Amino acid sequence: MAEAAISCRAAPGWRANRWFGWAALALAALPLLAVLATLLEAGAESDSEVRSHLATLLPELLANTACLAAGVGVTALTLGTGLAWLVSQYEFPGRRWLDWALVLPLAVPAYVLGFVLIGLLDFSGPLQTALREWGLGSGWFPAVRSGGGAALALSLSLYPYVYLLARNAFQTQGRRLLEAARSLGDTRRAAFFRVVLPMARPWLGSGLLLVLMETLADFGTVAIFNYDTFTTAIYKAWYGLFSLGAAGELASCLVLLALLLLAIEQRQRSRQRYAFNARGRAADGRTALRGPAAWTACVACLLVLAAGFLVPVGQLLLWALQVAAEDLDERYVDYFLNSLALGGLGAALTIAVTLLLAVARRRSRGPAVTWAVRFATLGYAIPGTVLAVGIATPLAWLQNRLADWTQAAFGWEPPTLLGNSLAVLVLAYLVRFAAVGYGAVDSALERITPSMAEASRSLGVSGFAMVRRLHLPLLRGGLFSGALLVFVDIMKEMPITLMVRPFGWDNLAVRIFEMAAEGQWQRAALPSVALVLLGLVPVALMVRAGEQKSW
Amino acid sequence: MLKHCCVVLSGWILLAATAWGEEVVVYSARNEQLIKPVFDAYTKKTGVKVKYVTGEAGALMQRLKAEGAKTQADLLITVDAGNLWFSKQESLLQPVKSAVLEQNIPAHLRDGEGQWFGMSVRARTIVYNKNKVQPSDLSTYQALTDAKWKGRLCLLSGKKVYNRSLVAMLIAQYGAAATKEMVKGWVANLAAPPFASDEQALKALAAGQCDAAIANSYYLGRELKHHSDWPLNIFWADQASGGTHVNISGVGLTRHAKHAKAAQELMEWMSGAEAQALFANVNMEFPANAAVAPAPEVAAWGTFKQSTVDLNKVGELQPDAVKLMDEAGYK
Repeated sequence: MAEAAISCRAAPGWRANRWFGWAALALAALPLLAVLATLLEAGAESDSEVRSHLATLLPELLANTACLAAGVGVTALTLGTGLAWLVSQYEFPGRRWLDWALVLPLAVPAYVLGFVLIGLLDFSGPLQTALREWGLGSGWFPAVRSGGGAALALSLSLYPYVYLLARNAFQTQGRRLLEAARSLGDTRRAAFFRVVLPMARPWLGSGLLLVLMETLADFGTVAIFNYDTFTTAIYKAWYGLFSLGAAGELASCLVLLALLLLAIEQRQRSRQRYAFNARGRAADGRTALRGPAAWTACVACLLVLAAGFLVPVGQLLLWALQVAAEDLDERYVDYFLNSLALGGLGAALTIAVTLLLAVARRRSRGPAVTWAVRFATLGYAIPGTVLAVGIATPLAWLQNRLADWTQAAFGWEPPTLLGNSLAVLVLAYLVRFAAVGYGAVDSALERITPSMAEASRSLGVSGFAMVRRLHLPLLRGGLFSGALLVFVDIMKEMPITLMVRPFGWDNLAVRIFEMAAEGQWQRAALPSVALVLLGLVPVALMVRAGEQKSW
Repeated sequence: MLKHCCVVLSGWILLAATAWGEEVVVYSARNEQLIKPVFDAYTKKTGVKVKYVTGEAGALMQRLKAEGAKTQADLLITVDAGNLWFSKQESLLQPVKSAVLEQNIPAHLRDGEGQWFGMSVRARTIVYNKNKVQPSDLSTYQALTDAKWKGRLCLLSGKKVYNRSLVAMLIAQYGAAATKEMVKGWVANLAAPPFASDEQALKALAAGQCDAAIANSYYLGRELKHHSDWPLNIFWADQASGGTHVNISGVGLTRHAKHAKAAQELMEWMSGAEAQALFANVNMEFPANAAVAPAPEVAAWGTFKQSTVDLNKVGELQPDAVKLMDEAGYK
């Protein structure tokens, strides 16, 4: 991180570079600012009766939210870290493919997973029905439609955030660190808790932060489990009490909460410097497990994979086959391609912008830029629909003013609404998923040591040339996993796409909405399966890249 | 040769002109699979192109509001009286004066000023498990609060719009205090925590988790189509009193419609026999046009007395219903 402190006045490339940084910041932060302004402006109009009613609900909802966040946070962190440690340090049957397969649950949207879990495990599902038929009763079976069920669904679909980043960290830390600790007398377990885990903190922290922000903003999953959280109040205010104002106020609170989480995470991290030798790869020497230990490791990984991917996707496939005859038509080609295009465009823009943001923050050490960058990544904590309204409203306003102006000046109006254009949709994705891209990119940047930058500068390579010749090659893995995460997230995203998409840009997530909105979840299985298949594409790409080089 | 070319060319131009000129833009909170057949049939018949975008009602109404006078939307289609009332309240719609619509759609299923018109009717009533309940055990929504129903009731979440409308209607009929007691009575009789969809509740009812549920009629129709062995049957609630609660999906002309005439023609066509059969029967709902027969499976349930509480009133009372259910502990 110290590289940022080094003055770079002499280098001619820097000035242009800085402008790019500012442009990136403006692109990510200004829309979010407009969102918050819209929400707060609406909030000012919310009437006191609605407010006081919501206030009576808040204690319970906040307690529920805290429970859910804690449950999901702990479970996802444990699963992600534990599995990453297993596959990066040990050799056991199936490790080679489990290594990448454990990322797969990411491709299953949490709301879809939640629905499948309820379908399989609730009173009317096959498991409890079988138990009753065998005379075992099912009264003792834990309640599925509950906070616990929601936490399970969210944990299983979100742990890959932690897993991906932790795996990256453990691999780059290499064996040397571990060996150093052990040579000083630590057992392997002690070395893990005393050296490896603390050193991996920035990676684990940014993974956990994503999990928590996503949990805070989640509405679809908790709604399926009928578990009331803070977002429930937001939707109740808007849809039930017809008060977008009160919904805006509540959503703003959520952003503040996320800012707090972010500040805690950054504070944790800033006390330490993390610079790793990228060459010390774990693959150099995994410990081979033998006998029961080997099989236990394999079964543990398989269980998580089965619960988070194999079983739900199997069930989805069964349902999809039942409805494919009546529902599958040529329009699915369009849905598929639209999902691909939107995900690709959004991921490219998000990664480019977050890279510039991360570099800008490193370079200017001032608190203003740091806070501005932090702010720019907060869109992830706003529930999608609320964010969609926050973006569409000021844009429509801007568009209308623009049209008035061109009408007055030239007697002509632009034919299509800016608010309906593809650019706006992609920009909205950026605002929503900047945190996802930023987490991956920023953690990857941690890997570039100050001495590397100094060395490159002393060789006369600086500015854009340094970014191209030093940063990009070293960052490739991080950028790639960041792009993958954003791509998959955009494909799963529903409310923004629903609200802002131009005519004819229906994608797979919109198709899921169409079916699920009226409770026809089994018919939603077909687009869900297509979505999962599409999500496998980037994972496969990543695996191929991983075979050549650590990612 | 030249003549042929001219004919072909002018034909093309004519086609292009109709495709370009005649178009209606629709924002729809009713799902694509339920409206597309209707629009396809219209385009086939008249050549008028229908462009639509679907989404959640709240988000679409907000989008319409934000776009203001520059909106592309000509029609707003949404489900639930609350959303239609709110659209009117927010001045998103404009009155339509049409003899065709007034003749086809009964007065209690349309706005008095012509700002919106119901297109299909969904009844929210009692569904019971035939193996456990006799129809003679059932009568009203109110009767389900009786202590003999303890632990036997499956209900949809109170946050869903169908229940908001049902409770709003009950408030209009019986007043807030009595309705609150009723809701508390239901909650006390629940067999399981409220479900996230009517579909889930009916599944639990069929599996024997409970003995009776309150659900929209078309969910039962849909489920029985796929599971003809389920021991479920419908019971029309409140026949001796105010009538079974009905809700609608409906359509309104937007305030700033650019193709108002074409849009009104589409609305009128949608209220007619051919479209009504498509619009309602594709989802096993009841056609709003009383002259059109419902799907055979639906017709088999018999006719029933509908509640005629003003649907605008039901919409207006929705916020009260939400608060009341919160206070009664209905999740």
